[in-house]
Amino acid sequence: MGKIGRFGEYGGQYVPETVMMAVNELNQAYEMYRNALDFQQELTKYYLEYANRPSLLYYAEKMTYDLGGAKIYIKREDLNHTGSHKINNVLGQILLAKRMGKKRIIAETGAGQHGVATATAAALFGLECEIFMGEEDTKRQSLNVYRMELLGAKVNAVKSGTKTLKDAVNEAMRDWVNNIDTTYYLIGSAMGPHPYPTMVRDFQKIIGEEAKRQHLELEGKLPDCVVACVGGGSNAIGMFYDFIPDKQVRLIGAEAAGKGVDTTLHAATLTKGSTGIFHGMKSIFLQNEEGQIDEVYSISAGLDYPGIGPEHANLYHTGRAEYLAITDEQAVEAFEYLSRIEGIIPAIESAHAVAAARKIAPTMSNDQSMIICLSGRGDKDVYQVARYRGITIHE
Amino acid sequence: MNRIDHTFEQLKQQEQKALITFVTCGDPDLEMTEKLVIEMERSGADIIELGIPFSDPIAEGPVIQQASLRALKNGTTLVKIFEMVKRLRKQVQIPLLMMMYINTIFRFGTQRFFNLCKECGIDGVIVPDMPFEEQDEVQAYAEQAGVYSISLVAPTSQQRIQMIAQQSKGFLYCISSAKETGACQEFSTDSDVLFHTINQYSTIPTAIELDVSSSEQVQKIKQYCDGVIVGSAIVEKVAEYGKDAIAPVSELIRRLKAEL
Repeated sequence: MGKIGRFGEYGGQYVPETVMMAVNELNQAYEMYRNALDFQQELTKYYLEYANRPSLLYYAEKMTYDLGGAKIYIKREDLNHTGSHKINNVLGQILLAKRMGKKRIIAETGAGQHGVATATAAALFGLECEIFMGEEDTKRQSLNVYRMELLGAKVNAVKSGTKTLKDAVNEAMRDWVNNIDTTYYLIGSAMGPHPYPTMVRDFQKIIGEEAKRQHLELEGKLPDCVVACVGGGSNAIGMFYDFIPDKQVRLIGAEAAGKGVDTTLHAATLTKGSTGIFHGMKSIFLQNEEGQIDEVYSISAGLDYPGIGPEHANLYHTGRAEYLAITDEQAVEAFEYLSRIEGIIPAIESAHAVAAARKIAPTMSNDQSMIICLSGRGDKDVYQVARYRGITIHE
Repeated sequence: MNRIDHTFEQLKQQEQKALITFVTCGDPDLEMTEKLVIEMERSGADIIELGIPFSDPIAEGPVIQQASLRALKNGTTLVKIFEMVKRLRKQVQIPLLMMMYINTIFRFGTQRFFNLCKECGIDGVIVPDMPFEEQDEVQAYAEQAGVYSISLVAPTSQQRIQMIAQQSKGFLYCISSAKETGACQEFSTDSDVLFHTINQYSTIPTAIELDVSSSEQVQKIKQYCDGVIVGSAIVEKVAEYGKDAIAPVSELIRRLKAEL
């Protein structure tokens, strides 16, 4: 008992009794299908024919020369259908939901990337879809709200608490409790109660598997370092997972330092957090001494979360992965930098990884290489970055 | 003997059902909570649940969520709540439980928490986000302190009821219906199955949550169980009347008690 779905001391299933049957049912279904040939074949078909996999591994030559250190490769998850890595997990889970006979899909979303991916897949499979999104985030990401509605989803603007991702998760969980028979809760990050952290990681690990194979083909060796941004941590765990046994490969996560880790306006969970139990998992959270969960902040709605998936907590705890805190300013600079130097506008989330790469690559030698996971494209963030720079764009 | 066992035994002898009442600590402030607890006992409550405010009470509806946030804004902390309980114990004889989220216990220090429960006179804890599978998180400490960790079951628990009921202590907390507002018919059918299953495996007293406090609902429910739990109806009164909530809460409790 108490050892189900653990990564070291982290993980577990800390959810209300009302949803335990559903969590167990999901776990059984996942165990049944994860290695089933027809399930894997169907998923692969959608990856290849619908989601545009495999994603490219692009050699960023200009950036490499500019930074003057490691050779830089960019894993182009931004080129996936719907514009981010989120579709990898959504397709996997929706095929599972379909096999479980669920008719209604709910999901939380921060930046809206997971919401858009979920609405897309729900449209594709003809399932009813409702997305929970903090009211604050619906304002920051109004384009994605409209996109989800276009795809036939109902967007529920969550007005409780801080009106951001954390509250969207709370409301999605409450909805799940009340509609447990018909509804599948499609969690978008490698977080929550078991089996979600494991399952989401399994659906995202294709990022690292592809990147490793592509890098081996191009360079004939493993990369020295891989970098990814972390909010809940799904693209990062997807990128890291296949490299975990390769001890010589440095794994670097970039978390959101907002206005700075010495202010109260950040979401740098591993830099400033402590162990706690929330949203179904034991992990590391930003919280006060009494265990009240902190209000967090980042320019990036997708990284604006007070916790992190349990596998990352364990990678941090064991020292296998390193985590850097990147400020809003550094992320915006990286956003502009990658746009100009490589002609790629990154999601503001992914710009945190680019910023981390800009710090690390120059410290590495020319015969070393690095892969940046570019988890999403930045179209959705253009308006907000403009506003950050004091420029008003008229719609 | 734990006060909870004593209460249920006594009520059984008197052929009565337990009235379990809930109040969010620190709403509108702790001074008021202290008065409310005393008044609730006086009005006929048999057991009182003290709701410990949490920033993200995922298992609660909007009424208790709001109360929780108001309490936190007032600077309510667990330490202050324990101080209140210590004072209350000089006057209040009935069992006092804490209803709280697991992170509050974990961060406070599980051993320190249960030691304080024992010292201040808390008889049990109800942790809605700690299912059977994770009860090792507190079990050893709770047992050592003689504090009951109350188990919860829901209509969705189905095959889980046996393992939960057989291990439960004090009473079994039954979440009335998976639907927030279930039609009465649906509710009865759910409850028939739920309580039949529980009684098959255990003789533990059962108490069921009541969302609405209509006489009709109380009459319908009480045939199934050994006690009813009233939460949001009380918290609503406190939200509405604030510092003047003593009389309306007392009236509500007297009415409910008369029906049990």
